[in-house]
Amino acid sequence: MKGPTLLRQNADRLKTAMGGCFPGSHAVFRGHDLHADLKELDWIELYVFGITGRRFTAEQLRLLHAMWVYTSYPDARIWNNRVAALAGSARSTPTLGLSAALAVTEAKIYGGYPSVRAIDFFLRTRQRLEQGELLEEIVRTELQDQRIYGYGRPISSIDERLPWLLALTRELGFDQGRYLLLAQEVERILLTSNKILLMNYAGLMAALAADLGFSLKEFHLFRFPTTLAGMPPCYLENAERQEGTLFPLSCAHIRYEGPQKRAWPPCREYRE
Amino acid sequence: MEELQKQEQVHTRIWLEEPEPDNPFAARTAWCCGYDVFGGMLGQARWVEMLYLLFRGEAPSARQADILEALAVALANPGPRDSSVHAAMCGGIGGSTAAACLMAALAVGAGQLSGGREIFLAMEAWEHCSTELDVWRRWFVKPADAIGSIWPTPEHPPGFDPHGASTSMPVRQTLRCLTELSDGFRLSWLEKNRTELESMAGCPLALSGVAAAAMVDLDFSAEQGEMLYLLLRLPGAAAHALEQKQNSYAQFPFFRLELDNEPVGRSL
Repeated sequence: MKGPTLLRQNADRLKTAMGGCFPGSHAVFRGHDLHADLKELDWIELYVFGITGRRFTAEQLRLLHAMWVYTSYPDARIWNNRVAALAGSARSTPTLGLSAALAVTEAKIYGGYPSVRAIDFFLRTRQRLEQGELLEEIVRTELQDQRIYGYGRPISSIDERLPWLLALTRELGFDQGRYLLLAQEVERILLTSNKILLMNYAGLMAALAADLGFSLKEFHLFRFPTTLAGMPPCYLENAERQEGTLFPLSCAHIRYEGPQKRAWPPCREYRE
Repeated sequence: MEELQKQEQVHTRIWLEEPEPDNPFAARTAWCCGYDVFGGMLGQARWVEMLYLLFRGEAPSARQADILEALAVALANPGPRDSSVHAAMCGGIGGSTAAACLMAALAVGAGQLSGGREIFLAMEAWEHCSTELDVWRRWFVKPADAIGSIWPTPEHPPGFDPHGASTSMPVRQTLRCLTELSDGFRLSWLEKNRTELESMAGCPLALSGVAAAAMVDLDFSAEQGEMLYLLLRLPGAAAHALEQKQNSYAQFPFFRLELDNEPVGRSL
């Protein structure tokens, strides 16, 4: 079925297995009564249940919590946080500032994109290994076409978050996960040719999430609020200081590198 | 002696500002790609000329400005059936902030079905296939990129309507109008070869496909086209959100729920 027939069949109704609200009665969340069956869940437990439909052990949830906690930096200079902070300084609402800041986190050189690419690499590499390919060869061919995400970091190649998350991983007994071991082996191979390609936080999170059974899409959704906790302080402080005083830019802060001054309208050939 | 702090700088090829003598944080003059915005362009330049200048760094020819203006009119309101406008109306009906309504329209209208990403992909296709039917034929059957991305795997050829039955009249009218205005070669080639391309795609040309061809003819890059398309579709979303703010939520669709798995043995 396709075209207007398909659309007609879906018009005026929501057919779903995910849940619904029955005002005045109850709410259903993935086949469970939210208030009767799921009321004891903490928020992240409910969040990952909503994403995966699976329940996680207390140890797994502790690890998932830590992934969020260890990268919540209330530093208003960081690009995504700066959006929340500027929203405060410009007297916008916290919801707008934080929503935009989270959206900005889905970026190419940090946040969303490297995370997604990293788990995609690990999941694909595992499949290729199971088909008999050698890891060194996989890494070499990947590098021919593109960079391998999850390794290297702008500004500093050393990631201060990793020792902490790895320590917790060991404490919780997740340090022998096959994706984590794979990620560490890839790091070893990459370091033989480039000393700055240390595993970064996106790479470690992706490997651990893969060990917890997350798919690419599930991990993408899980990592979305990862940096959220650092943002409200950035918003608040700048909402409370004098308006417009966060990173004020004078005309001299703008370095113009464009064409020389010229007259408008442009020459006749442009206008006719 | 007080240590001099390093002054950070924003590098730009677009904008030059000269300060008021009494305040380095206030501009006395502003120059866009070399043109005096308030002293020369204001009252003289059209909105679309300013848009083109900002994105391309050069003023458009009169013909290019006419095409962009016609395209802007065609895209200004996708209408309340469109998902991005629907999203904006969800903001409006509940009394969400103006920015939230536009952010909703942008987020939903950013995707691969009639959204900004569709324009990006369609423009990439134009850059790859140009006006070579055989290259287009191969491109239509090429499997989607297997590399994981933040974007979902495309489910239909970008620029074509997967739910269409035939080429809609507004699509044909827009293509006709823009082709008449354009001296670029893609729009006219698209009009000439539309039915063949639709046959290869397995679905009719969409307005996004016409917009993509027009943007390539206007020399925009795929990234510029994506951004501009997002921008040009916002007026309708804004207007429909504002309209819904005046309406009762009881008049706004809420739709029937068909839940597959109602919990059993519910307490309370």
